Amino acid sequence: MQTAEDLEIRLLLDAIFLRYHYDFRSYSPASLKRRLNVAKLQMGTTTLSGLQDLVLRDPARFAQLLQFVTVQVSDMFRDPSFFAAFREKVVPELFTYPSIRIWVAGCSSGEELYSYAILLREEGLLERTTLYATDINPEALRKAELGLYGIDRVQAFTENHRLAGGKCSLSEYYTAAYGSATFDRTLRKNVVFSDHSLATDSVFAEVQLVSCRNVLIYFDRTLQERALGLMKDSLCRRGFLGLGSKESLMFTEHASAFRDFAAGERWYQRC
Amino acid sequence: MLGADSAVRLTSSEAVLIAGSAGAVDALRQLLPAVPKDARIPVVVVVHLPPNRPSLLPELFAPRCAARVREPQDKEPVSAGTIWFAPSNYHLLLERDRTFSLSVDAPVNFSRPSIDVLFESAADAFGSTLCAVLLTGANQDGSLGASAIRREGGLVIVQDPSTAEAVQMPSAAISRASPQIIASLPEIADLIHQATKAP
Repeated sequence: MQTAEDLEIRLLLDAIFLRYHYDFRSYSPASLKRRLNVAKLQMGTTTLSGLQDLVLRDPARFAQLLQFVTVQVSDMFRDPSFFAAFREKVVPELFTYPSIRIWVAGCSSGEELYSYAILLREEGLLERTTLYATDINPEALRKAELGLYGIDRVQAFTENHRLAGGKCSLSEYYTAAYGSATFDRTLRKNVVFSDHSLATDSVFAEVQLVSCRNVLIYFDRTLQERALGLMKDSLCRRGFLGLGSKESLMFTEHASAFRDFAAGERWYQRC
Repeated sequence: MLGADSAVRLTSSEAVLIAGSAGAVDALRQLLPAVPKDARIPVVVVVHLPPNRPSLLPELFAPRCAARVREPQDKEPVSAGTIWFAPSNYHLLLERDRTFSLSVDAPVNFSRPSIDVLFESAADAFGSTLCAVLLTGANQDGSLGASAIRREGGLVIVQDPSTAEAVQMPSAAISRASPQIIASLPEIADLIHQATKAP
């Protein structure tokens, strides 16, 4: 049986799609519901219907809601062994391309993007690489473009970088001031930041590597298939796909298009 | 000690959740061996762990448990016969279609995985057919989630604080969630066995 709240969520998501063309209707229900309820309280309404009233009439309030709905909290070099596998196994393969294109899908505020940029610089590949960093949240993209993180987070980033086989201290790549670490702007010289939705947009480039980590966990099975289809269609033959440590291709219809490359670390290669 | 109502809830529950923080690994050593090999329902465990390394709990508990022990993949069915451990640095949630979901939303109560996140999603997904156990711990995570389970009509069991290594978590749950059962670890082990054994 559907509760009043279930109906409110459905109507709210329909309203957001019709008004703003953001499609959250195929997100994993449990965590989405939790985030909507947090937004409801933080935005000063008592019901989700009240929240709908607010965001339908005021785009600024929708922008505010978006920060609650799409908030992800990641670290640079999260799961260091994944980045160590990138360095040791994937980089030697990328070396063979005269120019390299990498898509960081769902880049959020850029922690992962800078992780790749730093590793590519250390491996001498950054100059010939274009990175496409996409997300649906303009505020997160803006943060990613600034490359600015709280200094309290940098200790964890530094330790992860070291575990991922970092060739020098992470402090080579940022300057610290006023409680923030600002990452070297030359790291993002070849980065294209762009609004792109895995739910509603299509393929925009052919790339040799797609990294989409801890994004699919927010989608239901149907939307996961769509997103993986986009990634598959964006990848050249023998291109690489990196997923989060609890995501896999095991149960998807796209499994046969990929082979395990370093599957323990969630690296797959397009057949 | 067990009222007729609680006894029925126990044997008709469709999942057992067990959660704790400081001291919980030792407590689980006494509890998880009580889950039989052919457990009729799934057991889902959340323990607060340091975020920057993989959880070693499945490796630690596999040799001590008769039931299968593992961490779920995203969207994996919450199947019976298994003790499922929340992976480190993710929230673990249960969906209404009886699958697991993971998230990297911000920590809740300074914790990821958070017990409240699991309990509240499970209350929504399983309603009254849930049995939740809250153990020793040094913060208040879990008491809001335990309240949600109580509200949906599920069974809440809290470790007797006088037997807990850290009292704050069970004490907070007792004052906020009015659990049906407050018990020692050997008693809880027996309740878990009753809930999970084949009829």
